[in-house]
Amino acid sequence: MTLAPEQLEPISIELPKRLTWRTFPYWLVAILGFVVVMAVQILFGEEFTKAFDFIIGGLGLTLYASALAFVISMFIGLIAAVARMSKSVIARNIATTYIEFIRGVPMLVLLVTFGIVLVPDMLELVGLDRRLFDLTHRGIIGLSAVYGAFLAEVFRAGIESIPKGQTEAARSLGMTKAQTMQRIVIPQAIRNILPALGNDFIALLKDSALLSILAIREMTQMTKLYTGSSFRFDEGYLVLTFVYLSLTLILSLLVQWYGRRIGTVSTSR
Amino acid sequence: MSSIISIQGLHKYFGDVQAVKNVGLEIARGEVVAIVGPSGSGKSTVLRCINYLEEPTAGTIVIDGDELGSDDIDINLIRAEVGMVFQSFNLFPHLTALENVTVAQKLVRKRKPDEADRVGMEQLARVGIPEKAESYPHQLSGGQQQRVAIARSLAMEPKIMLFDEPTSALDPEMIKEVLDVMLLLASEGMTMVVVTHEMGFCRAAANRVVFMDEGEVVEIAPPDQLFSAPQHDRTKLFLSQILQH
Repeated sequence: MTLAPEQLEPISIELPKRLTWRTFPYWLVAILGFVVVMAVQILFGEEFTKAFDFIIGGLGLTLYASALAFVISMFIGLIAAVARMSKSVIARNIATTYIEFIRGVPMLVLLVTFGIVLVPDMLELVGLDRRLFDLTHRGIIGLSAVYGAFLAEVFRAGIESIPKGQTEAARSLGMTKAQTMQRIVIPQAIRNILPALGNDFIALLKDSALLSILAIREMTQMTKLYTGSSFRFDEGYLVLTFVYLSLTLILSLLVQWYGRRIGTVSTSR
Repeated sequence: MSSIISIQGLHKYFGDVQAVKNVGLEIARGEVVAIVGPSGSGKSTVLRCINYLEEPTAGTIVIDGDELGSDDIDINLIRAEVGMVFQSFNLFPHLTALENVTVAQKLVRKRKPDEADRVGMEQLARVGIPEKAESYPHQLSGGQQQRVAIARSLAMEPKIMLFDEPTSALDPEMIKEVLDVMLLLASEGMTMVVVTHEMGFCRAAANRVVFMDEGEVVEIAPPDQLFSAPQHDRTKLFLSQILQH
């Protein structure tokens, strides 16, 4: 599975089966220690409380942007993956152009380009108002376009992981290509790639911090605003780090729990 | 005698390799034809050409009056009439046994869910495992999976059934339960083309046995004649190899 280098793996919480002084997860204690210390600071330290109360105001937008961008990028990714594997030269080349274009440019640059240039220009091109979308939604579209290209590769790997015999069996029953894709191949592919998709959602949530470049008031932007006016850089960025770390820890636990749950059910023949 | 399957001058290349050389075969309605031969002899390829999973390089295949590959036929309609059973079962792992048997009925035959379920249960009963309707493929033994796969094809009410080494991936104790289902179908008058190594099945059920080697049809004869008095040296060699043990 080819994944873009930007996608760092989330923290893996793999606990050893037998605990000895060699296998003991000291690193987890250290991370949880940081989280606990920060939680205490936020609860009882006045400056930390102030920073937290301000920054957490961006949490809603961080979650909203991540969730919406993820849903849109799944659609884009699925279409791009199918197009990339299609027999049609045109479809294949359009999809490959898109994917390689996105992979060749830094995400930060893409977000600015989409938000300020491409989205308004494309709206104008199809005869709509340049300002149809506010900056927040232009940023979300940019993030979706970037992750759509990443997810296209994940979907492609998932679809290619389904044995050819599945397609042959479906086609031999008289099912069309489209029916075979929709009813036989894609449902199995999605089940196989769910853990990978979960990891990509975590990566997207972290990358949503880049939306601050467009002055979208998600958590990172809120931290910039807070530290810019209060000069409390220590508290501001430590609190921001704490919130992101807590979110990714919770989400990776969920992904791993789910991965283990479906891992017990064999999906191949 | 009118043929339900008519194959003429069939050639199939994979790249530079010729898998099938000038095969001609007429199969009558209700006939059971077994294709035997060493591995790599092109027998599976011939079978896969019959429902167009492989596109012939040259030659014509006519199924019940429709020529495969011609512009005025819909291959999906033909395939619905030609059931195929694979060596590796190829059940859909995300669907229950019953759903495996109903999905194509609903999509291709446009049957209502109730009717598809009814036909599906009938076919699962016919292959002897109605009690496994709600099981998923990974919960079934190999023999049970292959019987579900047969029921899946039968639910389409096909005119022809193709079997591509249906017992080759099975443990020995499960081969019989699958062969019994096939014998039942043969006795009911189903037109069957079976690629197999089961000489016992050939003797019991086949009207004719086709021996293929190196992509060519070497000899076609009723099983008794082919096994007791083979005409060609290649047939004799093959039979001596497989009947030795």
